[in-house]
Amino acid sequence: MSLNNQGRPTGAGAAETPSTPTTISGDRGLDHEEVLIFELGHGAVGVDLPDMKVSDERLGGMRRKAGIGLPGISEPETVRHYVRLSRMNYAIDAGLYPLGSCTMKHNPRLNEKMARLPGFGDLHPLAPASATQGALVLIAELMNWLTSLTGMPAVAMSPKAGAHGELCGLLAIRAALEARGEGHRRRILVPESAHGTNPATAAFAGFTVDEVPAMPDGHVDADALEAKLGPDVAAIMLTNPNTCGLFEPRVKEMADAVHKAGGYFYCDGANFNAIAGKVRPGDLGIDAMHINLHKTFSTPHGGGGPGAGPVVLSERLAPFAPLPLLVHDANGLRLVETRGEAPEGAQPFGRMCAFHGQMGMFVRSLSYMLSHGRNGVRQSSEDAVLSANYILASLKDVMSAPFGDGPCMHEALFDDSFLEGSGVTTLDFAKAMIDEGYHPMTMYFPLVVHGAMLIEPTESESRESLDRFIHVLRELALEAKAGKTGRFEGAPHFAPRRRLDETLAARKPVLRWKPPPLREAAE
Amino acid sequence: MRYHPLTSEDRRIMLAKIGAPNIDALFRDVPKGALAPLSAFELPDTQGEMEVERALSKLAARNIASGGAPSFCGAGAYKHHVPASVDHLIQRSEFLTSYTPYQPEIAQGTLQYLFEFQTQVALLTGMEVANASLYDGSTATAEAVLMAQRVTRRGKAILSGGLHPHYAETVETVAGLTGAITRATVTPGKAEDIIALIDEDTACVVVQSPDVYGLIRNLRPIADAAHAKGALLIAVVTEIVSLGLLEPPGAQGADIVAAEGQSIGNGLNFGGPYVGLFATREKFLRQMPGRLTGETADAEGRRGFVLTLSTREQHIRREKATSNICTNSGLCTLAFTIHMTLLGEEGLSRLARLNHARASALAERLAKLKGVELVTPSFFNEFTLRLSRPAAEVVDALALKDILAGVPASRLGGADDLLIVAATETATDDDFSALEAGLKEVLS
Repeated sequence: MSLNNQGRPTGAGAAETPSTPTTISGDRGLDHEEVLIFELGHGAVGVDLPDMKVSDERLGGMRRKAGIGLPGISEPETVRHYVRLSRMNYAIDAGLYPLGSCTMKHNPRLNEKMARLPGFGDLHPLAPASATQGALVLIAELMNWLTSLTGMPAVAMSPKAGAHGELCGLLAIRAALEARGEGHRRRILVPESAHGTNPATAAFAGFTVDEVPAMPDGHVDADALEAKLGPDVAAIMLTNPNTCGLFEPRVKEMADAVHKAGGYFYCDGANFNAIAGKVRPGDLGIDAMHINLHKTFSTPHGGGGPGAGPVVLSERLAPFAPLPLLVHDANGLRLVETRGEAPEGAQPFGRMCAFHGQMGMFVRSLSYMLSHGRNGVRQSSEDAVLSANYILASLKDVMSAPFGDGPCMHEALFDDSFLEGSGVTTLDFAKAMIDEGYHPMTMYFPLVVHGAMLIEPTESESRESLDRFIHVLRELALEAKAGKTGRFEGAPHFAPRRRLDETLAARKPVLRWKPPPLREAAE
Repeated sequence: MRYHPLTSEDRRIMLAKIGAPNIDALFRDVPKGALAPLSAFELPDTQGEMEVERALSKLAARNIASGGAPSFCGAGAYKHHVPASVDHLIQRSEFLTSYTPYQPEIAQGTLQYLFEFQTQVALLTGMEVANASLYDGSTATAEAVLMAQRVTRRGKAILSGGLHPHYAETVETVAGLTGAITRATVTPGKAEDIIALIDEDTACVVVQSPDVYGLIRNLRPIADAAHAKGALLIAVVTEIVSLGLLEPPGAQGADIVAAEGQSIGNGLNFGGPYVGLFATREKFLRQMPGRLTGETADAEGRRGFVLTLSTREQHIRREKATSNICTNSGLCTLAFTIHMTLLGEEGLSRLARLNHARASALAERLAKLKGVELVTPSFFNEFTLRLSRPAAEVVDALALKDILAGVPASRLGGADDLLIVAATETATDDDFSALEAGLKEVLS
C-alpha cells in the first residue's frame, strides 16, 4: 500500500470503509490534513539574509562539500504548516486533561510573559556576575520558596527534569556514603508501584534495585520494607503521596527505620502538588526530593518538555550538592562554577549539566508562586485533592476503586474489574473518551493495579467541568457494563487519526523522511 | 485567587458529596503533627498579576540582556536572531499546553513535528537517525558516552581538551560511574594529539568542533584511529549553525553526534531550557537513548506517527532501560524545527556564512590592537584572544561600560589571559567599534 501526499491511502491495501465520506482534498472541513515539510519544500526561503561570499582562509580546510537536503519554504507556508499541525493536538487549554501522575493544570500566560522579559530570556549564562544580579536574586528567591515549602535546608537547582533530579539526589547519596567510608552500600529499596524512572535511575547511578511489594490497600508494605533494611542498603526511594494516589501513613516510621539502618530516604516528589503548602516533606524525615516544576508549579508541559527538577536536600546531604553553587559575597550573589572555588565544607559530587539549570522554568515557577502566595499554593493542593475525591465519590458505584472507601489524595485510581466480561478493555475505555472530547486518563499505571485508570483532575477545573466529565464517564461505564460496546470498538472515530499501528512502527522503524527513490531514466 | 475556579460554595457541595466534614478529613493519612498550619510557611500571600509583573520586571531590569548591549559571549550558548513567527507559533495552546504524545490519535501535531525534527537533525549532522531530543548538549554528550560504553562493552572514554569543560564535567559525573574518563590536555588554538591516547580498552573518543576555543577540527583521522581500535567517535557541536558552512560530523566518520541546538529558535535563557540533539548510525538504533517518533498507519491506512521503540525506555524496562531520561525538550524542539524550516537549505547556508564573515571581520580588527593576539588560526563564529591582562578583569571592566566582551577562559577553568569572543549575525559594526574602543582603553 502506498500513501499519497495527503496521508490518505491509495491503491491496494487501502481500507475499504473509511469512517466518513471521503472528500476531494482529503481535508474534512476544519479537520485538515498536513503533509511533511519535506513534501512542501520548493526552494523558497523564509528569512531574508545577505548572500555573503566567505573565503576558505579560516575554515581549516573543513568547508562543507555536499548540500544538506533541507526543504525551503516561505514564512506564510511555514506558519500555515505549524498552525495546521497544532490543530491535531489535544491541550489543557482546550479541555480537561486528567492524566494521573502528570499534573495537567492551567498554565498562566503571565508566566510566559515574564520568562520572555529580555533580562531573563535574552541573558547569556556566562555573562559576568555584575550583569546578572537580577537573575541570581531570582534564583535565590525561588530557592527560598522551595526550601520553605518543603522544610528542607538546601536545594540543588540544576537538574533539568524529574528523572534528572532523581539522579542528582542519588548521586548526592552516593557521595555522602563514600565520604562516610560506606561506599559498599549499594542496594536501594524501590516499591513495585514506583514510577519506572526510579529503578532506572537507581541502576543508572550504580545501585542495585530491590523491589518492595505493595499491600492490598495500595500502600507500601512498611513491614516488608523494614525487613529488607540492612548494612548494604544505601537508601529507600519512595513516592509520597504514592502512585496509587494515597498518602503513606507510615512514612515517618519508614524514614526512622532507614535512618537507623544507616541509609537515606529519597522521595520522588512527582506528587508534591497534593501536599504543597499543607505538609513539609522535611517534617517526614526525607533526605532528598526532586520537585517537578512542570507539575506542581505549572511550567507548561510543551508536548513533552522542557521540565525542571530541582532537588531539596537534608542537612546531611547538602554538602554534596552539585555545581554550580550560589553564594553571597561582598559584591552580591555569585555562582561557584568550579570545585576549586567551592566554599569550606562543600564537597560537590560533580555537575549535572552545562550552565545553571532551567532558568526559563525558574522564572515561570516563581511567577506562579508569587501569584498564588502561600495561601494560594495551599488552596491549590486542597482543591486538587477535593476534586479527585469528588470524582472518586461520583464514580465508585459504576467503576471499580481498588482500595475501598478511603479518601485519595490528588488522583483517583480505578481498576478494570468493572469491565469484566464486557469485552471492553481499559484501552478501549480510554479511546472512547477521546470521541467524547476528553484526553484519556493515565492507563495501565501504576502496575500494581490491573488495567489501572488514574485520574488527576487538578485544581484547575470548575465544578461544572467536573460534573460534565463525571457524567460522560458514568454513561460510558454503564454502557460497557450493559454490553453496549459500540462506542468502544475501534474508538476513536472522531479524532485526526484512528488507532495507530504501534507494532508496525516498532517492527520496521521509519524514523525520518527519505526522498522518494528516483524513477528509472528509461521511463 | 484568579487561577482557582472552585468557589467556597462549590467546595461545600463537593465535601458533602464526598461525605467529608472538612478538607483536612481528606488528609487523614498524614501523620499527627505533620499537617502544617499556614503560618508555618514564612512566605507572602496571593498577589495580583500587576504586582507580580512589577516585581519580576524589576529583577529582569538588573540584568544586561544580550540584545541591549554590544554582546560577544558564546562558549556554548549563542545570541542569534529568532524570527518572530517562531515564538508566536510555539505559544499556540495546542503545542504549549499538551503533554507527551502518549495518545497518538490526538497528538499528531506534536508527533509530526518531532518526525520532521528528527529528519532535520539527521540531515544536518550527516547521520542516519536522530532522536526526538535530550535536555541539552551536555547531557546529550554524557548519554553518548554511556551509549558507546554499551555498544563497545568497554568503559574508557577519552575527552578532547577542546571539549567544553562543563560538558566534560557532566560526562565525568554520569559516565564516570561506568568507566574511566581521561581528559586530554589542550593548548588553546591547537589540536592535541588525542590519537596517541586511544587503546584497546577505549569505548569512545569525544571531540568537539569547533572546539571550546573556536578552533575547527578535522575529525576524520581521529575517527579512523578510533575505528582501528574498535572505539567509537563521538562528535560534539555546541554551535549548530556552523553545520551550514562546515563539513558535518557524519561525513567525517562520527558514530554518534551530540549537539546543542539552542542557536536555532531558542533564546539564551541564562543557560536553559535548551535542546540536546542526538544522532547516530542506523545499526546502533536500539542502543540509542531518548524518545523516538516513527511513521506508521492508522486503522484506515492513513499515514500517522507514534512514539516508538519504547521497549528501550524506563517506563517499560525499568532498571534495564537504556537511560533514565523520561522527557525530551519538546517545546525547544518545536522552536528549533520551526526556525530551521524558515531557514531551509539556502537560509541556513547564508546564516552560517554571515556568522563566519562577521567573526572574521571582528577578529581581524581586534588582532591589530596592542596587547591582543589571535590564538585560533581557524574558527567559525567564535575565536580566542590572548590579552596582556587577565581576561576576567577586562570583562568585568567592560561590563561596567555595558559591553559584554566575551567569556574569560578562566571561568571555565582555562588560562587567565584568554578571552573567548563570539560574533554572530546580531553583532553590528557599532558593536565592533564599542568592543574595540573598550579593549584599547582597558589594555593600555
